Amino acid sequence: MSDRIILALVVVLGVPAALVGYLALIEWLVRGVSNHWRPRLRPWLWLLPVLAFLGVYLVYPSLKTIYLSFLDASSQKFVGLDNYRYIFTDRTNLISLRNNVLWVIFFTGAVVTFGLLIAVLTDRVRYESLARGVVFLPMAVSFVAAGVIWRFMYDYRPPSLPQTGTVNALLGAVVPGFTPHAWLIQRPLNTFAIIGASVWMWTGFAAVILAAALKGVPADVLEAARVDGAGEWQVFWRIIFPLLGTTIAVVTTTVVIIALKAFDIVYVMTNGNYDTDVIANRMYKEMFNFRNFGRASAIAVILLCAIVPVMLYNLRSFRTQEATR
Amino acid sequence: MQIAALRKSVAVSFPARLGHALRRGPLHIIIIAICLLWMVPAVGLLVSSFRPPSVVTRTGWWTALHPTFHFTLDNYQKVLTTNHMGQSFVNSLFIAVPATVIPILVAAYAAYAFAWMEFPGRDWLFLIVVGLLVVPPQMTLIPVLRLYTNLHLAGTFPGLWLAHTGYGLPFAVYLLRNFFGSLPREMMESAYVDGAGPFTVFFRLVLPTSVPALASLAIFQFMWVWNDLLIALVYLGGAPSVAPMPVTISNLVNSLGQNWQLLTAAAFISMALPLTVFFTLQRYFVSGILTGSVKG
Repeated sequence: MSDRIILALVVVLGVPAALVGYLALIEWLVRGVSNHWRPRLRPWLWLLPVLAFLGVYLVYPSLKTIYLSFLDASSQKFVGLDNYRYIFTDRTNLISLRNNVLWVIFFTGAVVTFGLLIAVLTDRVRYESLARGVVFLPMAVSFVAAGVIWRFMYDYRPPSLPQTGTVNALLGAVVPGFTPHAWLIQRPLNTFAIIGASVWMWTGFAAVILAAALKGVPADVLEAARVDGAGEWQVFWRIIFPLLGTTIAVVTTTVVIIALKAFDIVYVMTNGNYDTDVIANRMYKEMFNFRNFGRASAIAVILLCAIVPVMLYNLRSFRTQEATR
Repeated sequence: MQIAALRKSVAVSFPARLGHALRRGPLHIIIIAICLLWMVPAVGLLVSSFRPPSVVTRTGWWTALHPTFHFTLDNYQKVLTTNHMGQSFVNSLFIAVPATVIPILVAAYAAYAFAWMEFPGRDWLFLIVVGLLVVPPQMTLIPVLRLYTNLHLAGTFPGLWLAHTGYGLPFAVYLLRNFFGSLPREMMESAYVDGAGPFTVFFRLVLPTSVPALASLAIFQFMWVWNDLLIALVYLGGAPSVAPMPVTISNLVNSLGQNWQLLTAAAFISMALPLTVFFTLQRYFVSGILTGSVKG
């Protein structure tokens, strides 16, 4: 334990000291450089740590992974597109790809719809921040903890025993003739059960962003429309929805990327069994369970290809939104 | 005169207000129903974590809310000591604090250079740094793990700090550059005229005026690291001496299965710190999560 305390001290004092020391050192060094070269040298010294980190942790590994995806399991032999061919023909991988499509459609659809609904509803009451706080709270929880919470919610016992899982007990009490359902095992609802747990986590995120954007809709425009006899439904679809367009796009693309990268919650809730697997978990399995680095790399490249267009769109609309603010 | 007018307006508006309240009834009911729906899973977790094991498997957690309350702290004691959650909590702190401090300081240096220094290729380089946001960590796991195995960094805390720094940087540089760039030019220039060097300007002027942005970024990065499973799993492995809480809990899910009283206690321990941050620093917490979300 004592070496841990030493480590803690080194970390708490040493790490910031080293980082500040680096800057003091380079500033002391550039003082010795001529006036001509100093402004040309200084920015690169300030940038050096970031460039080094990005090179080692993002640029070099990504290029290496693309290269590895064309090699065999132990990265010895060139196999061309075999890894990709395998992923797009193997049944388990096709199911994972299909599940990611389900995630993108239903997770994104539910999060954005509920987020918008909650933003619009809470905007009309005085306890709005409290209500949104309740819905936002699950964002503080890790996917792993959410996995535990929802495994417990979906808990299943044979019909002869009292149900301890909230979902089965509630449906049993409300729906006549309901027989308990093994939510995480029985296909095809199990993938949707996991998606439901993630929706619980992320709806608050969408609601808070959309509520902030809603504050930017001018009140007199809404008032004028209501005076002219527009119903609330029309006000929403004709005025609020178009004005929130950019924000909805940013929220949607962000949520799509989360759906594509879904890993932790599937790992904890089913570990991909019973046809619930997703590609990020497939990659982990190929890497650690099967030690097939070629296939694992190919899955990572496929994931990257799916994310790039969404992220580029997201960054662009994020910038336009910043500019108009 | 004024009072009479006021009385009249109150008299007129009372039935109107009542009608208004009645019409708004369904709105309140829907909102409160949504809030209850969102709270039930977390309340169930909390209640179950205090119930003795003998009743958890036989009755639903809601039955514990009747009188003859029967609660215990044994689950927490057991999970903290025999199931390594105490050790994991300390590990999580060891991982998350440096993995928050290092990227923010490193990113701030670069963000200052991008915002206030002139050099050829500045805008292109900044675009490339931000463009790296598209790279999911999965793209980097295998080569970095091989590198770590060769350098004996696999399974160590410093290896994980550096990895989280690398993954967190593109977003941190992006956010801080935008914030630093919006600081007033006159403020910088007058400091330079007074003879301050970039070192002084950066630490005495730029960082103190950027506290809100730094706080949001720190909360986001801390939460991201605190709740991360994948990167810890890959670079640290599952050994209890180094595992942070998400890794330990996911192991417990496999080994404890239906021992809900222990699993719920473990999950709640991992949520305690983020929830405290949420309730005490709510404003920074929300803006931290929101600004960081673009990182995905």
